[in-house]
Amino acid sequence: MTTTADIHAAAATPVWRRGGLVLAALAAVLATALLVGGRYGLLLAVGLGFGIVLEGLRFGFAGPWRAMILRRDPGGLWAQLLSIALVSLVAFPLLAANQGELSGAQGPIGFAMIAGAFVFGAAMQVVLGCGSGTLVNAGSGNAVSLVALPFFAIGSFAGAYHLIWWTDLGALPVLTLSGWQGAAITLLGLSAVAALLWKLSAPEHRRLPRRLIVAAVLLAALAVLNLIVAGQPWGVVYGLGLWAAKAASAAGADLSGSAFWSAPGSVERLTHSLLTDYTSLTNIGIILGAFLVAGWRTGGLSQNIPYLPAQAWVAAIVAGFLLGYSSRLAFGCNVGAFFSGISTGSLHGWVWFAAAFAGSIYGVKLRPLLKLEARS
Amino acid sequence: MTRLVTALIALAGLAAVIALDASATPPNPYKAPKLLALGSGTAPSGGFCGALPDPAGK
Repeated sequence: MTTTADIHAAAATPVWRRGGLVLAALAAVLATALLVGGRYGLLLAVGLGFGIVLEGLRFGFAGPWRAMILRRDPGGLWAQLLSIALVSLVAFPLLAANQGELSGAQGPIGFAMIAGAFVFGAAMQVVLGCGSGTLVNAGSGNAVSLVALPFFAIGSFAGAYHLIWWTDLGALPVLTLSGWQGAAITLLGLSAVAALLWKLSAPEHRRLPRRLIVAAVLLAALAVLNLIVAGQPWGVVYGLGLWAAKAASAAGADLSGSAFWSAPGSVERLTHSLLTDYTSLTNIGIILGAFLVAGWRTGGLSQNIPYLPAQAWVAAIVAGFLLGYSSRLAFGCNVGAFFSGISTGSLHGWVWFAAAFAGSIYGVKLRPLLKLEARS
Repeated sequence: MTRLVTALIALAGLAAVIALDASATPPNPYKAPKLLALGSGTAPSGGFCGALPDPAGK
């Protein structure tokens, strides 16, 4: 029998739990600001915002691409394009006016870059988690992403280790759009993709839910804040590779054989606190923000972990490694190349989008074969 | 096993990474840059997934 005291206790528990979560997040930001510096605390807060928006409003990248491929539902992809467009409206003039202080997410187009984006697109559909998605899912208790995440980091480290060899196979110089003309071309390109999606979509799915519009606007605001605070756009993969590189270095590994990790800039970052690395801070914030939202929700962390056969866990490990390795060759993941690349004028972002979407079509087919879902 | 367990494992792993790194490379608040890169007068120097290595920390 439920008593009045039980009802009061049940009502009070979420308040304490939620209050504790918010206080813990604020304490993490404050501690980072005091221990390392205000800029780093602010970057952690931006990362928390990313995690809260992505998990709280269920804004993703892999899922919406899957929805478009399987159900011809373009809503999530439209939201991604809207967010990119909003960032580009602010980022292009900011970059043009502050070239000495801010930089875009620029990468060269090349054979390895295109192949890397294709593999990334396939692997992100296998584990149903992209760069940001794997962090969000791990923070909210998804076991597949938790298993994939450390291998994502190892793959990112290994991909960077071999990056110069792969890029030497053939790459163009970095090609960028800039200024108001660049912004106009980018907006036209995003509109053209949105129109193509309209044409390809199923009529009953031609809608953009308000939840995704809100998420797109908030994500764009956070991405612009990331650019203003850090001087560089939002990224994910570099930070994960740095974590593995630091671990390898601490274990006595000799990184002098890698042109990437032995470059002076990389050596400098290996000897500095991880809490001074911008992408590491936003990655940490995304995991914490996703945990905060999952813990906030009633029953958000009480679901059982689904049973999966051994083959599925092996697939998660391999796909995790490939996500990291391929995204380094591709000069970014869905965040660093697609979202930040396009919104700051790098043409490699557009090529990344096309190659990764083609890879996703195969990844969607691979997922059931690898026992990560029931065969239909 | 519930998602609470796996989420807590993720947080514990994150805490371990930060703690191990802090013991090897202690943070130094006295070398902190200005709050915002915009208006700081300094070139961006963070690592990024799109960047090829170069000598200046970019």
